[in-house]
Amino acid sequence: MPSPTSSPPAISFENVKKTYRGGQVRALDGVSFDIPCGEFFGLLGPNGAGKTTLISVLAGLARATEGRVRVMGHDVVDDYAAARKALGVVPQELVFDPFFSVRETLRIQSGYFGVKNNDAWIDELLENLGLADKAHANMRQLSGGMKRRVLVAQALVHRPPVIVLDEPTAGVDVELRQTLWHFIARLNKEGHTVLLTTHYLEEAEALCQRIGMLKAGRIVALDRTSQLLAGTASTMLRFKTDAALPADIAARARVTGRIVQVTAHDAAEVETTLAALRAAGVPVEDLEIGRADLEDVFIEIMQGAQQ
Amino acid sequence: MNGVSTLFYKEVLRFWKVGFQTVGAPVLTAVMYLLVFGHTLEDHVKVYDSVGYTQFLIPGLVMMSVLQNAFANSSSSLIQSKITGNLVFLLLTPLSPLAWFVAYVGAAAVRGLAVGTGVLFVTAWFAPPGLDNLAWVLAFTVLGAGLMGTLGLIAGLWAEKFDQMAAFQNFIIMPMTFLSGVFYSVHSLPGFWQGVSHLNPFFYMIDGFRRGFFGVSDVSPWLSLGVVATAFVVTAAVALALLRRGYKIRS
Repeated sequence: MPSPTSSPPAISFENVKKTYRGGQVRALDGVSFDIPCGEFFGLLGPNGAGKTTLISVLAGLARATEGRVRVMGHDVVDDYAAARKALGVVPQELVFDPFFSVRETLRIQSGYFGVKNNDAWIDELLENLGLADKAHANMRQLSGGMKRRVLVAQALVHRPPVIVLDEPTAGVDVELRQTLWHFIARLNKEGHTVLLTTHYLEEAEALCQRIGMLKAGRIVALDRTSQLLAGTASTMLRFKTDAALPADIAARARVTGRIVQVTAHDAAEVETTLAALRAAGVPVEDLEIGRADLEDVFIEIMQGAQQ
Repeated sequence: MNGVSTLFYKEVLRFWKVGFQTVGAPVLTAVMYLLVFGHTLEDHVKVYDSVGYTQFLIPGLVMMSVLQNAFANSSSSLIQSKITGNLVFLLLTPLSPLAWFVAYVGAAAVRGLAVGTGVLFVTAWFAPPGLDNLAWVLAFTVLGAGLMGTLGLIAGLWAEKFDQMAAFQNFIIMPMTFLSGVFYSVHSLPGFWQGVSHLNPFFYMIDGFRRGFFGVSDVSPWLSLGVVATAFVVTAAVALALLRRGYKIRS
């Protein structure tokens, strides 16, 4: 990891607050954290937690009520031009300009950033995102998945050192997810910093070195992904049953139809849980014991933050 | 290309790709006005002794087309981008408020001038209006187109739905253009309505523009130039202030 004194962090949030309607709605309530250069960072949180608001403040689409945000050391308000040049944002909404073809769209986007003669890089983006045969198609003719790929290409057209993806895989098929992650992981290896918000926790677990969890406008967890997984209940008991669970187990179980998942911190807790089930006469089918994943950590932290 | 010229180019390309609608149709409309009003009123209306009514009508129709189309370009481009959401591609760029202003208003002026030239070209074939002073013609076209492009930019920022934009266009822009002396000289109006016309900046744009063709006008072209230039500076200042604030485009 680069030492903090040698270069500014890729992204720095400093006590960022955002209120709407004269303070009645508090979307961000003092968010502070840094993302060092080269990191693949995941921002998780339930709907309405403030993820998109935080991205909007970062990208200059919204203004913070209080606090500061910097990209590669450039303040997003006072030095917005430098901050935005350093940033490539893939917006969440599937938007496009129906007047132009894919190549025109990308050339125009390059021009906005003052990048001239960018066709070599545009071709590389089209190739890597599986869009090469769509270069001359009008944006209106593309399927949803193809439009999403163009959004990614547009965000990268000026070769920004910091890439922000706001739920890029929502409603996207498996093939595009694979293509996209392959490409983004490559860019990250080449030194780009990546900030990702996603609903797919397995994605975040697989890709992100560090994770921040946002709830009701506050950061409720911030750690390396491996630490988050280690720090909470790490074992998961999974079984099927039709019977009612004993109260103490029901309280910490996640039930989906017949499927019950209960977390345990260690082997002893697994044994006591199973013993309690047997004592209560709960018949258990298809018992599995596995490692907890990010989803379990997420639920545990979100429940904890509620209390 | 740098940022501002790219946005200018994109805005011009946008209307050029639908040229039948954005340039062809307004030219045809103006020619229809000329045919219908020119034909029916030629023998009944005399505005200036030396100028036939059809001739008198031509500069008014040209200027009206310039003004309406300059307004339509910046306003419709912005509201469409806002409503479809693709304005985000522009909001994410390092383009300054001044760059937005120059590009949107510049492209609006280009469309206004393109339509105006088309109208002049076609209508002059029916009744050549002559040319007294090219400098007045150019000064009023460019300033008028700039002013209306700027108003369109303000309307595009302000409006949140197509209905509001249509209201701006139909209840403010249309009456002001029609009541500015396109089809008549304000001297033919009763005193009270002459006074009202003199409060309408569109009157000065058309009167000054017409001066360039005929060498006669209702008021001094210098007064008209002063009014139009002041109106442009004031609306430009408002538009720039709104862009700096991110009025209705950055939350």
